[in-house]
Amino acid sequence: MSTPAVSERHQSIPVEFADEEESIKITGFWMFLMTDMIIFASLFAVYAVYRSRTALGPTPQQLFHLGPTVLETLLLLTSSFTVGIAVWAMRHNRLRMVFGWLIATLVLGAGFVITEISDFVSYMSQGATWHVSGFLSGFYVLVGTHGAHVTFGIMWAITLLLQLRRRGLTAVTRRKLFTFSLYWHFLDIVWVFIFTFVYLSGKIA
Amino acid sequence: MPAFLLYLVHTLFPPDTRQPTELGADFMILVTGIGIVYILTRYKKWRWLWREWLTTVDHKRIAILYLIAAIAMLFRGGVDALMLRTNLALPNVQPIGALEYNEVFTTHGTIMIFFMAMPFIFALFNAVIPLQIGSRDVAFPRLNAMSYWLFAFGAMLFNISFVVGGSPNAGWTGYPPLTELAFNPGPGESYYFLSLLIAGIGTTITGINFLVTIIRMRAPGMTLMRMPMFAWSTLVTSALIIFAFPPLTVALALSLLDRTFGSSFFTLGHGGMPMMYVNLFWLFGHPEVYIVILPAFGIFSEVVPTFSKKRLFGYTTMVISLVSIMFLAYGTWVHHFFTMGAGPTVNAFFGLSTMLIAIPTGVKIFNWIFTMWGGRIRITVAMLYQMAFIPTFVVGGATGIMLSVVPADYQLHNSYWVVAHFHNVLIGGTVFGLLSGLYYWWPKMFGFILNERQGKVGFWLFVIGFWVTFLPQYLLGLEGMTRRMYTYPFGFGWHELNVISTLGAFTMGAGFIALVYNILWSLRYGERDLTGDPWNGRTLEWALPSPAPEYNFARIPVVHGVDEFWAMKEQGMTLANQLRPQDVKALELPKNTGMPFMLGLSFFVGGFGMVFEWWPIAIFGGLGVVACLIYAAFDYDDKEPLPADVIRHTEGTFGRLQA
Repeated sequence: MSTPAVSERHQSIPVEFADEEESIKITGFWMFLMTDMIIFASLFAVYAVYRSRTALGPTPQQLFHLGPTVLETLLLLTSSFTVGIAVWAMRHNRLRMVFGWLIATLVLGAGFVITEISDFVSYMSQGATWHVSGFLSGFYVLVGTHGAHVTFGIMWAITLLLQLRRRGLTAVTRRKLFTFSLYWHFLDIVWVFIFTFVYLSGKIA
Repeated sequence: MPAFLLYLVHTLFPPDTRQPTELGADFMILVTGIGIVYILTRYKKWRWLWREWLTTVDHKRIAILYLIAAIAMLFRGGVDALMLRTNLALPNVQPIGALEYNEVFTTHGTIMIFFMAMPFIFALFNAVIPLQIGSRDVAFPRLNAMSYWLFAFGAMLFNISFVVGGSPNAGWTGYPPLTELAFNPGPGESYYFLSLLIAGIGTTITGINFLVTIIRMRAPGMTLMRMPMFAWSTLVTSALIIFAFPPLTVALALSLLDRTFGSSFFTLGHGGMPMMYVNLFWLFGHPEVYIVILPAFGIFSEVVPTFSKKRLFGYTTMVISLVSIMFLAYGTWVHHFFTMGAGPTVNAFFGLSTMLIAIPTGVKIFNWIFTMWGGRIRITVAMLYQMAFIPTFVVGGATGIMLSVVPADYQLHNSYWVVAHFHNVLIGGTVFGLLSGLYYWWPKMFGFILNERQGKVGFWLFVIGFWVTFLPQYLLGLEGMTRRMYTYPFGFGWHELNVISTLGAFTMGAGFIALVYNILWSLRYGERDLTGDPWNGRTLEWALPSPAPEYNFARIPVVHGVDEFWAMKEQGMTLANQLRPQDVKALELPKNTGMPFMLGLSFFVGGFGMVFEWWPIAIFGGLGVVACLIYAAFDYDDKEPLPADVIRHTEGTFGRLQA
């Protein structure tokens, strides 16, 4: 794509949108995020209904430890910042910097997943498995779906690093990095809701 | 070893699947399978099948794949329907027993909605939309193939349940606690959840694909308000899919977790709540009925102007009513379970929102009638289905309004009145629409016209059969016959109406046979469509040869108004010898790939393993899915050049190139 119209567009909009075909893929990715948002919305609705249905199991107040979840929040919010810098570096054609910040994102994400898993393991070792109550089912599935998304994101980032090493910054890899960052920010926003709506308000109630 | 084999036979073919009907089906499948393999091998067609069809990413070929699947599923769902009607024809006469009856009505409903109506709609989307909006392909051709194979393998997983392990039997809605492991131990319901999850991913992707295609890939000059109405209905349907399928995914996944991994969402104990499933399901389910009806509205909005030789009446109000139906569709789901006991305020709200939908729908009905008013109407099969649709759908809509009156619904809930109502709108709306679209766009898809005379025979059989089947069911509902009963005693005054209904069902079956006969007959003797414009059409797809070449447009048209092709013809532009050779440029086409097929296959293997909880097989399938995704991520070789000379040659053979 090297028609004058496109290169003019090139000046005014971010580089990942410059190629028409790749920019259509970004639109498509937004639509995917919309479907994912409805998945989480449904799971939040389920959790809201089941929150008080604790049966013979623990209540949210008895179960949650805030320490690990605050740590998870810090890790994930920071990783959202680092992936933002990676995109900034991509727009300025600094490949080494993209590598560095993407790896930092990945490590922070892995830290988040490990903390979450150890948190879940500690709950389950007290006998709070999802079989026990509707509340625990809703909790594990809502938070676990988010954790699974983060895990998938980490694997995605690894394949992205390999592609960047092989091909450098092209129209395709730029778009892939950008959609990855959209995905990652999206998970961050979902986490903000989980932290507030599940953990904090669970502790208060 | 024998013990292992015994286990295998007992699991895959438990005693209750060893019924005469099912053994008959096993035999038929075996014979057909061997026949297909023999023919492919005998005529050395394996390579052709793989290269031309299984790996294709061309939207026009994917449309044909969808259509074949939809017609096959229409057959399967129709045979189910005839089994149900046979069982109910006479009091206390039960060719199939109660348990099998449960399985058959479950598979009938699930197949007709998910594996017949949906692929039929997607067949028309794929066949028409890129051509109609002046685009070379859909936005994501590979994802499009992925959608198809996820749907196809999901459908296959659902269909093998009949012969391997046992069918689901809790109705097409799959309500808990009936689907919970404690009450329904066989593999049937796991088949239901897994196959719908797999097919549902494919459907969601299709929604994304067509939404982006229409938003981003229209020809220059085609503003939203210049789009053909079928493109508008596709846009709205895609948006509905994007917002409606995720709640279904959640509902199905949570049920599966309950069954397979012991969570407590919809259980009766442990703080579970079955009504949560019902809410999530209908949060999808109500938009779903608009997902299947709006494309039919779009089809009629193309068929009526073409065969009335008039511009569509009230274009803007058509768009407004489509979009308002889209929004209202999300606010009515509770009307499927007024009897849940949510209280008068909630029920009144959902009753009113349901009635509101009648307003935009009524606007559309009037617009079609006003389009026909004063037009030069040609009675073709496509037009006949449209003309049958209007009175049929009005009756179906009116009985729906009656159901939205909450106190009346308490009486009518779960009766045959409901069965008659939703068949009235689903057949009278969706199926009439799809058949109309099939006859209308068939020449564009295949290059020949379906025989009109035979089409009319099929039409009358189908429409008369429809009324004879479902009118008595309204009366049966008023007389208290409940839904899903497998037999009934003498003396309730139901048997005359049931006999009539069954006769009607078989008449519809004859209509289906007439359709298939017509397709086979026309394949051999049908009139070839050499102009590309057999109906004197108005929209851009008719500007192309039939079937369109794989690149669709040699030169992307510039659009100046609604009904662009009609305007071109009015200005005396003929398409013959229009294109100058120097205007033809080399193109890049998406390259065929086997990945979507392998992805579908992996999902199938993984799903099959999960149904029987054979974890090594399930994990193997899961690894296959991961491998396909990684392969797709690293595969940059997704384009194929198409030299300008090849395009010039193709256009030349159509007589469209200047000498």
